[in-house]
Amino acid sequence: MKVIVNGEPRELPDGASVAEVVASVTAAATGVAAALNDEVVRRAEWEATRLRDADRVEVLTAVQGG
Amino acid sequence: MSDTDGLVIAGEELGSRLIMGTGGAPSMAVLREALTASGTALTTVAMRRVDPSARGSVLDVLTECGIRVLPNTAGCFTAGEAVLTAKLAREALGTNWVKLEVIADERTLLPDPIELVEAAEQLVDDGFVVLPYTSDDPVLAHRLERIGCAAVMPLGSPIGSGLGIRNPHNIELIVERATVPVILDAGLGTASDAALAMELGCDAVLLATAVTRAQSPARMAAAMRHAVEGGRLARLAGRIPKRRYAQASSPFDGLATS
Repeated sequence: MKVIVNGEPRELPDGASVAEVVASVTAAATGVAAALNDEVVRRAEWEATRLRDADRVEVLTAVQGG
Repeated sequence: MSDTDGLVIAGEELGSRLIMGTGGAPSMAVLREALTASGTALTTVAMRRVDPSARGSVLDVLTECGIRVLPNTAGCFTAGEAVLTAKLAREALGTNWVKLEVIADERTLLPDPIELVEAAEQLVDDGFVVLPYTSDDPVLAHRLERIGCAAVMPLGSPIGSGLGIRNPHNIELIVERATVPVILDAGLGTASDAALAMELGCDAVLLATAVTRAQSPARMAAAMRHAVEGGRLARLAGRIPKRRYAQASSPFDGLATS
C-alpha cells in the first residue's frame, strides 16, 4: 500500500503500524508526536494503529523557533 | 509588589520575566550561551516534520540548561492547523502550555484575529494554557482574556523587524485593563525596547531575533536580562511626571549675590 509520510509517498507492507512509520524516520525515543489524517495518535496507540492505503502520517518534533 | 516578584502564569511562578525564543541562532552552541546569559526560565520552540538528517536537538539544549519548554504554533495560517500543531506539541513535549500563533500572511507575519480567536476558544476548551501572540489591539487582547487565555502577548512591531514598540499607547491600554499577564512579544530590536516594554507595565518580554541574530548573541542576551530587570524596577518605582518646563532640583534660596 502507498501512504504519505511527512509529505512524501512511501510504499509500506499491508498492516504497517504508526509505530513502524515513526521508527523509520527517527530513532528519538522522546520529543516526537504523530498524526494520522490530521488526528493526533497517542504514543500508547502507535503499535495498535494500523495504516490503510492513502493514509497521511505526520511525524513532528521540536525545532528552533520563536 | 516587591522588587523580586516573580512572573506567575496560570498559577505557576517563573524565575525570569524574560522569555526567550530559540529561533534564528546560528548554532546550538551559540543558542546555549545566549540562553544561559539571558537567565530565561521559559523558552519557545516550533514543531516541524522530523528531519532524519538533523544533528543535535534543541530539546537537548533546553534539558541541559534546565529551561522549561513552550511550544509555539508558528507558521500556522488557520485555526485548524494551529489546534493540530498544539495537540502534537502536547503529545511530543508533555506540556499543555502553548504559544498560540496564527498568522495572516508571510509578508507581515501579523496575527489573523479571526482565526486566532477561533483557535484560542478550541484550545482553552481542550484544557490548554493558551498564550496568544496578538496584535496590539486592546479590544482583541481583552477578547482573548475573556475566552480564558492565561496571558496576552501583544506585538511591539512585526516579528523579526527590530522596529521596537510602534504603539506604546495601545500597550498601555492593554496593560491597564488586563487581569492576566501581558507579555510584549515580537519586534524588539535592542535593550531599550525591552526596558520600555516593562516601563509601560508589561509583565514580561518575549524575544528571539533581537538576541539570536545580534552580532554577539550572548552579550545581547545579558543586555536584555538587565533591561527587563531595570524596566521592571522603574515601573515599580514610579516615574516622575513629564513637565513642559524645567524644575530646579537645587534651592534658589541662599545663593551668593554679586
